[in-house]
Amino acid sequence: MQWEVVIGLEIHTQLATQSKIFSGSATTFGSEPNTQASLVDLGMPGVLPVLNQEAVRMAVMFGLAIDAEIGQHNVFARKNYFYPDLPKGYQISQMELPIVGKGYLDIPLEDGTIKRVGVTRAHLEEDAGKSLHEEFNGASGIDLNRAGTPLLEIVSEPDMRSAKEAVAYVKTIHALVRYLGICDGNMAEGSLRCDCNVSVRPKGQAEYGTRCEIKNVNSFRFIEKAINTEVRRQIELIEDGGKVIQQTRLYDPNKDETRAMRSKEEANDYRYFPDPDLLPVVIEDSFLNDVRATLPELPPQKRERFQAQFGLSVYDASVLASSREQADYFEKVVSIAGDAKLAANWVMVELGSLLNKQGLEIDEAPVSAEQLGGMLLRIKDNTISGKIAKTVFEAMASGEGSADDIIEKRGLKQVTDSGAISAVLDEMLAANAEQVEQYRAADEAKRGKMFGFFVGQAMKASKGKANPQQVNELLKSKLEG
Amino acid sequence: MHQMTLAEIARGLADKKFSSEELTQTLLARIAALDPKVNSFISLTEELALGQAKAADARRANGENGALLGAPIGHKDLFCTQGIRTSCGSKMLDNFKAPYDATVVAKLAEAGAVTLGKTNMDEFAMGSANESSYYGAVKNPWNLEHVPGGSSGGSAAAVAARFLPAATATDTGGSIRQPAAFTNLTGLKPTYGRVSRWGMIAYASSLDQGGPLARTAEDCAILLQGMAGFDTKDSTSIDEPVPDYSASLNTSLKGLRIGVPKEYFSAGLDPRIAELVHNSIKELEKLGAVIKEISLPNNQHAIAAYYVIAPAEASSNLSRFDGVRFGYRCEDPKDLTDLYKRSRGEGFGVEVQRRIMVGAYALSAGYYDAYYLKAQKIRRLIKNDFMAAFNEVDVIIGPTTPNPAWKIGAKTGDPIAEYLEDLYTITANLAGLPGLSMPAGFVDGLPVGVQLLAPYFQEGRLLNVAHQYQLNTDWHTRTPTGF
Repeated sequence: MQWEVVIGLEIHTQLATQSKIFSGSATTFGSEPNTQASLVDLGMPGVLPVLNQEAVRMAVMFGLAIDAEIGQHNVFARKNYFYPDLPKGYQISQMELPIVGKGYLDIPLEDGTIKRVGVTRAHLEEDAGKSLHEEFNGASGIDLNRAGTPLLEIVSEPDMRSAKEAVAYVKTIHALVRYLGICDGNMAEGSLRCDCNVSVRPKGQAEYGTRCEIKNVNSFRFIEKAINTEVRRQIELIEDGGKVIQQTRLYDPNKDETRAMRSKEEANDYRYFPDPDLLPVVIEDSFLNDVRATLPELPPQKRERFQAQFGLSVYDASVLASSREQADYFEKVVSIAGDAKLAANWVMVELGSLLNKQGLEIDEAPVSAEQLGGMLLRIKDNTISGKIAKTVFEAMASGEGSADDIIEKRGLKQVTDSGAISAVLDEMLAANAEQVEQYRAADEAKRGKMFGFFVGQAMKASKGKANPQQVNELLKSKLEG
Repeated sequence: MHQMTLAEIARGLADKKFSSEELTQTLLARIAALDPKVNSFISLTEELALGQAKAADARRANGENGALLGAPIGHKDLFCTQGIRTSCGSKMLDNFKAPYDATVVAKLAEAGAVTLGKTNMDEFAMGSANESSYYGAVKNPWNLEHVPGGSSGGSAAAVAARFLPAATATDTGGSIRQPAAFTNLTGLKPTYGRVSRWGMIAYASSLDQGGPLARTAEDCAILLQGMAGFDTKDSTSIDEPVPDYSASLNTSLKGLRIGVPKEYFSAGLDPRIAELVHNSIKELEKLGAVIKEISLPNNQHAIAAYYVIAPAEASSNLSRFDGVRFGYRCEDPKDLTDLYKRSRGEGFGVEVQRRIMVGAYALSAGYYDAYYLKAQKIRRLIKNDFMAAFNEVDVIIGPTTPNPAWKIGAKTGDPIAEYLEDLYTITANLAGLPGLSMPAGFVDGLPVGVQLLAPYFQEGRLLNVAHQYQLNTDWHTRTPTGF
């Protein structure tokens, strides 16, 4: 049987506010346990929450960026459950009237197409603290530094049909929230966490299969693996005559399997009700307009502009636009070098792999946009070949200065004097007389293959500095001759 | 000295007839001698009081003045007081020393009030008789076999017994006004949002409101002046200027339109109380007020709505008492569930547990619409009734309670009977309106109160009417025998 995979995601993004959503405590990551927990965060008797306006502003920014309806009348609700890292015994969240209503995101897929994914809603809530189970001789510790950190929970429609699409969606959200400056996107620190709702159904069936929710998957790679693993589990289960039970599961990356946490029957009744300590938040049009005015150019617009302005492919444009820093870097390189395709290629391929290898973000790149742009100028004016450029690029990456300095110091300037190239070629051909004989005796197809050998020898003899185009032309005439 | 009102104390201190320290010592001695009979205090704060009294005397010596400077008061034991046990009348918080001051406590301290102690109360403010306190029942100074009302029974009994001229209290369904009626005091529940709830341990957040308990309207005006005001730490507090409550006390009642809801005088009301209410209405008429019959048709649904909303909020508010961070923790918990179950099972009393269960039930999936949402709709209807009524009248008058104070233990085991006693007071909380109870006579030697209700932020009007009434009657000056 052909199966169709249906995926919906809930993404928790920690908003990058200075202070918590309902108290004045700082939100810095990694402080000593409980040093950022105030009376409010501790849930002391008699304390009251006061909403942080900045969190509202950030949520509205997100809503406007996904073209969503913004809830004019917002209500905070209490989600009641007991857990040691939940000091009040309830989490302040939003239930019936969330701040962000229906919207959508266009996600670029690897095949160059764009897919529209619906966002059901996004609501504000406070994060819980952390339970620490190590280092306490069998007891558990509680760190409430994170308690009260503002979260925007973004709930998608079940619109994704593969793990790859799910990852593309998360990447799009990740890029967007960083563009907006509302979340640092640091998944390792838990700034962006993902719950994946996964179900399968026979292809063509209209109704959804029973879903399972995989909780807290915190990297792009694990999202893909967890979903694929869960899909396999569900299909095997059904094909063996079993039934999927609605439950919450955890992904274990070490064993590459998902495990049941709790089933629907055991699920908490959260007894949601409007929090009487907080008044409804009314969002005025003037506030919306103010926030709208602060929105930066967003990935989809930027992608479209890159396509139109620079003639890039959808894929290249969306990769370059995927982070604000990368897009800025790219545009700076273009502004210096004037060749968008060349710039795109270098930023995505050479710079990309360098950053990957060194585990750096683009704003930490060892080669600045100015340096790269300067080097591309030298490719364009034939001072260096593309091949030599890689040497120059490596030298720039290890801190040897500008491209011009490196070319000068290392004598990497391309040889374009045809007399000089001709002399090198003659010497090389003389040294390879046997191969020249074979070449001249060979048919067209064979010659094609052998020609590459002579080019390689010629470049080697010139230490890569000979202009490849001239080498090609001169070599051809000499061999024919 | 213990017979003086706040206003008289302020004059005496200003005229240097006595010092705050002398007064404080006198009252502390009186409490030590007599409170064992009444049980109105959970904690006495002698050291704090004497320090504050000396500081107030020094401020006065420096030329400072102020109606509360050096005035002795008590705080209901749900207002957090830094470094001092704040028990909420519960075993759960018997070991809890608050790490901060409630806004009300801080404001009154700033004004120079002297805190003699923390007063007894129904556990977590749940009760109308002050019998549910972990620290034992409070007795009514007017008859020690009777209840003083609740939940602010300790504050009321302490003021009635002349241990204090005034005390802070809170009112969620009548917890200021009903004990005021039962102990011959004047008590005011302000408009919801008038007094900050920061540091006031919550029972039902949308209904709780702090206010003054004192012998006279004049004193309530003084104490409220020190308590009221916008607080950025309480999102439900309202940014509305606080008028000078003492300045409007002497406004004439000529032409004041007073509404009498016909629904208030149906079966269930002790006819002797009905008669006293009518007497007070006649008195106000003599002062120039115009009396008009009005209707509050949804009044009858108030108790049902209240006993869904208040427990629902309470069930959530009291979740933080889990034995993890503060308060009572059971011995040797086996695991987390055991810790929760036993800490809460052993730390909370019967009435608190009952309301938590009722509230959790009302909020649970499948019942929410039928109970909580329905109750909220009734709440809106009740509010609408009042809005319509206040188009026609300036003030509404009626009985504070259907019966006088009952005997201690008389309603034990019959919570519904106790709930029904809140019939007249609950609507003001549901609608968020200000309400005042003032002494209006006696039945079988037990005090009876009359309740006045006014539109939002018309506390000044209520105090004005009560003060004019008190200038022409002497019920409020009566002292219980033995005190």
